[in-house]
Amino acid sequence: MTDSRLPTGVALITLILLAGVPLSLYYAGHIFWLDIFTRAVVLAIAAASLNLMLGFAGLASFGHAAYLGIGAYAVGVPAYYETYGGGGMIASYSGWWHLGLALGASALFAAVTGAISLRTRGIHFIMITMAFGQMLFYLLVSIDEYGADDGMTVDLTSQFSHVDLSDPVMLFGICYGSLLLLLLLQYRLKHSHFGRILAAIKQNENRTRALGVNTFYYKLTAYVLAGVICAYAGVLMANFSTFISPGMIEWTRSGELMFMVILGGTAWVFGPVVGAMIFVLLEYFLAGLTVYWHLPFGLLLILTVLLFRGGLGGMLQRIGATRGEGQS
Amino acid sequence: MIAVQTINGLQLGILLFLLSSGLTLTFGIMDLINLSHASFYMLGAFVCASLTVLTGSFLLAIVMAVPITAFIAFVVEWSIVGRLYQRDHLDQLLATFGLILVADTLVHWFWGPSGLAVPLPAWLQGQVSLGASLFDPAIVIPTYRLLVLGFGIAVALGLFWLVGYTRTGMLIRAGASNRVMLSALGVNVRLLFTGVFALGSVFAALAGMLIAPVTEASIGMGNDIIITAFVVVIIGGVGSIKGALLAALFIGLVDTFGRAFLDVLLMQIMSSQAAETAAPAISAMLIYLLMAVILVVKPQGLFPPAQR
Repeated sequence: MTDSRLPTGVALITLILLAGVPLSLYYAGHIFWLDIFTRAVVLAIAAASLNLMLGFAGLASFGHAAYLGIGAYAVGVPAYYETYGGGGMIASYSGWWHLGLALGASALFAAVTGAISLRTRGIHFIMITMAFGQMLFYLLVSIDEYGADDGMTVDLTSQFSHVDLSDPVMLFGICYGSLLLLLLLQYRLKHSHFGRILAAIKQNENRTRALGVNTFYYKLTAYVLAGVICAYAGVLMANFSTFISPGMIEWTRSGELMFMVILGGTAWVFGPVVGAMIFVLLEYFLAGLTVYWHLPFGLLLILTVLLFRGGLGGMLQRIGATRGEGQS
Repeated sequence: MIAVQTINGLQLGILLFLLSSGLTLTFGIMDLINLSHASFYMLGAFVCASLTVLTGSFLLAIVMAVPITAFIAFVVEWSIVGRLYQRDHLDQLLATFGLILVADTLVHWFWGPSGLAVPLPAWLQGQVSLGASLFDPAIVIPTYRLLVLGFGIAVALGLFWLVGYTRTGMLIRAGASNRVMLSALGVNVRLLFTGVFALGSVFAALAGMLIAPVTEASIGMGNDIIITAFVVVIIGGVGSIKGALLAALFIGLVDTFGRAFLDVLLMQIMSSQAAETAAPAISAMLIYLLMAVILVVKPQGLFPPAQR
């Protein structure tokens, strides 16, 4: 066993910084930073949900941003109907209704597409999840009523009785709390029976099946769970940015989510959080420097893959391991 | 109307074949999933557009653009992609996604943010009348579309000849069925891989050059169609060139017909207003639904290559 104190320490410090920095800057008058960090936290939730498939079960879904879109449109569409009429019983400002719609629709979409794509493995799985993501993208682009590819603004955030999501500090608190809960859940899940089976599937699916495990149902459960959690992130995203468009689910978005997870390291429950933070900060600083910010970003992606095996989590673990050897 | 749409569908199918044949070859032989294919499609269009303006001849531009894109493919393979063959698919996917971002930005830097139109020579701008048919009074088709169709068919035939009847093709097929054995027999597999990557990339670039006069060259133009090419590869069976050809033509026709006639078809079974809202949504999803149905029946695609 390797020494896991170093990664755990980094995780705790990051979590403290993730809450402390934006809030102290916000109360010091730099309101803008709270936006950046809220975005980072929401993306961290989405990336962590992807890690549930990628890191836990080795399922490389390249269409995960679709669930962000499902969550976001589950806020935007009912609010749109409530404002402008029509839509029948879908129309509502109620946050619980938005949540229910997001979770239900994403679970349905995940169950159907998962049942089809999980029949395949490896490269087929990657391409098929990508294709299903694009299917949803083109569907949204073709619906003129929801603004087609221009998207639409969310005029009023989801309404809850005691919580006002249009208050930025409140919204940040909800996002941050959700992230903490999710990480806790994932940590428990990883060391549960379910998590162990997923890890076994990741290592060798045929052997796991030979042990009498119905691997398909375990994979499908992980697939649906990841989708539902990501749709939740989509609900938060719509309330945060108050603007939704098909652009948020294009396959390049899925690639970015994937990048966050890989950058942070898949073997580490906390990896996606670090990855999402680095991604959002990089995006902000590079975009501020030059219009060509995708160039250093793309190069970084290539270098991460070529030189940085196992992501930051893997690197920390290696450093921790050599330290442990030195001490003993 | 039907005949014109058939030609359109076949033309889309040929373009998709040019794109997906490279994808399916690089996967079948190098076990490489290559998103940067989309970038070569875009590069082909931009290089061709610039050369057309520079030389004043579209055909000369194509002839000159082929070695240029092949050289770029060679450099990319040598510097980055060549290091990815031994890695898992996820690493390949992310690194080639990084390549797309780099290529998009470099094109933006070099050619500017707006698109680039490709002027056609006068003799290609006209239209050809094919006379009356059973369904239409007279079919009028732009000459250029016919040229694209003919050129695409020629390239496809050339590829089948190369893979099926030459010594290089024999090595390519051998590499696809057992790489280790091929290398043990003294074949320079590394060189073969470089060649196949360059070949696939040139095919993608050719597709870009052919479409450039119709849609103009624009940044990120490959990022949408690459997913459609993936659908073609999946439906055809990953690694199969024959499968890629049939699936490409099939997808091209289905997509074109769906967009052209679905609203009329739906009006037969529902109100015209409902049909007009549903038709664009369904036709946008049509090829993906088709893929889903085919995968339910045959998870390995229609023509899965023999097991290794």
